[in-house]
Amino acid sequence: MSLQPPDAAQRIWMLTQMLRIRTFEERVKRTFTDHPGVIRGHTHLADGAEASIVGALSHFRAGDAVLATYRCHGYPLTLGSDPGAMMAEIYGRADGLCKGLGGSMHLTDVRHGFLGTSGIVGAGIPHAAGAAWAAQIRRRGEVVFSFFGDGASKQGAFHETLNIASLWKLPVVFVMENNGYNVVTTTSQEDASAAAGEPLAVKARAHAMPGVTVDGTDPLAVHAVVGEAVERARAGRGPTLVESKVYRLSAHGNIIAPPGVPLHYPEHEAIAVFGKRAEYEAALRGDPVPRWRGVLVQNGMLTPAGADELTARVLEEMERAVSFALASPFPDTACALQYNYA
Amino acid sequence: MSQTYIELLRRALDEELSLDPAVHLLGEDVAAGGAFGVTKGLAQKHGARRVRNTPISEAAIAGLATGAALCGLRPVLEIMFIDFATLALDCLVNQSAKYRYMSGGQLAVPMVVRTQAGAAGGAAAQHSQSLESWFIHVPGLVVVAPSSPVEAYGLLKRSIRLGDPVLFIEHKRLYALREELPANLPLPDIGRARVARAGCDVTVITYSAMVGSALEAADIVAGQGLSAEVIDLRTLTPLDMQTVAASVMKTHRVVIAHEAVRNGGVGAEIAARLAGELFDELDAPITRVGCRFAPIPFAPELERAVLPGTADIVRAVQAACA
Repeated sequence: MSLQPPDAAQRIWMLTQMLRIRTFEERVKRTFTDHPGVIRGHTHLADGAEASIVGALSHFRAGDAVLATYRCHGYPLTLGSDPGAMMAEIYGRADGLCKGLGGSMHLTDVRHGFLGTSGIVGAGIPHAAGAAWAAQIRRRGEVVFSFFGDGASKQGAFHETLNIASLWKLPVVFVMENNGYNVVTTTSQEDASAAAGEPLAVKARAHAMPGVTVDGTDPLAVHAVVGEAVERARAGRGPTLVESKVYRLSAHGNIIAPPGVPLHYPEHEAIAVFGKRAEYEAALRGDPVPRWRGVLVQNGMLTPAGADELTARVLEEMERAVSFALASPFPDTACALQYNYA
Repeated sequence: MSQTYIELLRRALDEELSLDPAVHLLGEDVAAGGAFGVTKGLAQKHGARRVRNTPISEAAIAGLATGAALCGLRPVLEIMFIDFATLALDCLVNQSAKYRYMSGGQLAVPMVVRTQAGAAGGAAAQHSQSLESWFIHVPGLVVVAPSSPVEAYGLLKRSIRLGDPVLFIEHKRLYALREELPANLPLPDIGRARVARAGCDVTVITYSAMVGSALEAADIVAGQGLSAEVIDLRTLTPLDMQTVAASVMKTHRVVIAHEAVRNGGVGAEIAARLAGELFDELDAPITRVGCRFAPIPFAPELERAVLPGTADIVRAVQAACA
């Protein structure tokens, strides 16, 4: 069975989802200046990873499951979660996806197959394998997508899980989004493979599974590579490690300041820590969202006016999400003691 | 016909595997019976897919069980020694305990982590610990510590059916203990302590293997004219303070006994609650019996020197009633 390249409708769907993620993240970021104090705590944005998220999740089918890290806004958006409920969760409001108990780092939407996240680097990887074990037992050809960053591949949980997943031929696709940075440490400073000039996908070899590196800013490339991994998993032939190379276009997360000092997004670490403005600007020139729009317009799949209209519709959708979240009440304090067996 | 603690644990697992196709056993060597033989024969009976050996990867297998539980399985994971639970702590503390909560009630983790604790002569510092108090500190985890074969049977069945993550702490010194399982025994409720022996002069609050020591101590002090009531807590989270309080309001004297060290232990928690809520009922200071504050030494003579036992409970009861 060979993988079909996405048709025009799918390609436009990809652009739509990429625009939705980008615009949602811009609204999160702007909340810090437009509505100071509304976001409390940590947020981590997916801008720059849109093509990777959308290319991978273009293979999602009902019954599949997705688990991810704390940089988690892009996945549920793509899977169909309501952006208003997501924004309300990020604002800590009663109408949030998790009723204000989870926050930006712990978005969960079971109805759309998004089984949650871990704020602990690498910790979600074994849970994805467990979900895949349950899928293997159900025998309906369902797969699990496990998303994590390059930093997680230095955790014990990563290696332990890849070993079991490969040994048991679990239907899971491990998508490592390699954005080149652990907060302020570059991958080549902390990863032996990277320091030796090797792709991080080589780590798959130790666990007897395919490891593929792909340009994560190209949705078609990700679609092809993840598509093959998903087919392999659905067919019962086991997991694949996909290293998807992206560049996060925002800093690791918003500044966490002592009370009284407004939270905000600082400059990207490439500039703020390493003084490499040229590196950051090159990444901006390669921004996957305008690039993909350009490709679709150039290929005649969208007119410039059609693309503008799509952009405007998405902007309106995300502005509605912000308004909904701002209007949502704070949770009833009694809610703090719910959902806890005691 | 009497059965051992191990045999009754196995019977509980066997019955739950038969009753519910979602139940799966998982752990290092479990298909061969596990380190103590608790799961012996279950892979042959229920199949290798339901009783599954894992690599020695505690972080991953705890995560695997948790992820499977999110998706409708009821995994029963064996962590060979509670000392190895350190390797799975992130999963248990940061994820399993919090999935239901962080998701606003969308998710549940109906998982049991079976493990065994305690010292039994020469297993030394990394295979003998009693680490239960770490887990009672975590909202979202249920902690069960059965004191006898019959209790272990009933509490394990209840734990598997509960629907929330349970740390089920067996005690290696109890494994060979024999008891007959009464017919039509109602299963104990999670979160309900039991009065293991009724008395009126002093309350001994305890759990797991120390229940046996407390019952021996009660026999001894009975010969000295003291009537000790022994409360078997059964579950450490939730803690059944109602049963404890009812006993204390009768006896007005309290001894709390556990094999774990006293520092930051279950006894400290109960003592603080009693001092806060029933101060006027107390006729004597609350006394705690526990392990000396040292790692468990290897030489059995040294092990005996640090571990609490029947004699320590007798002394504590006598002091409380003096």
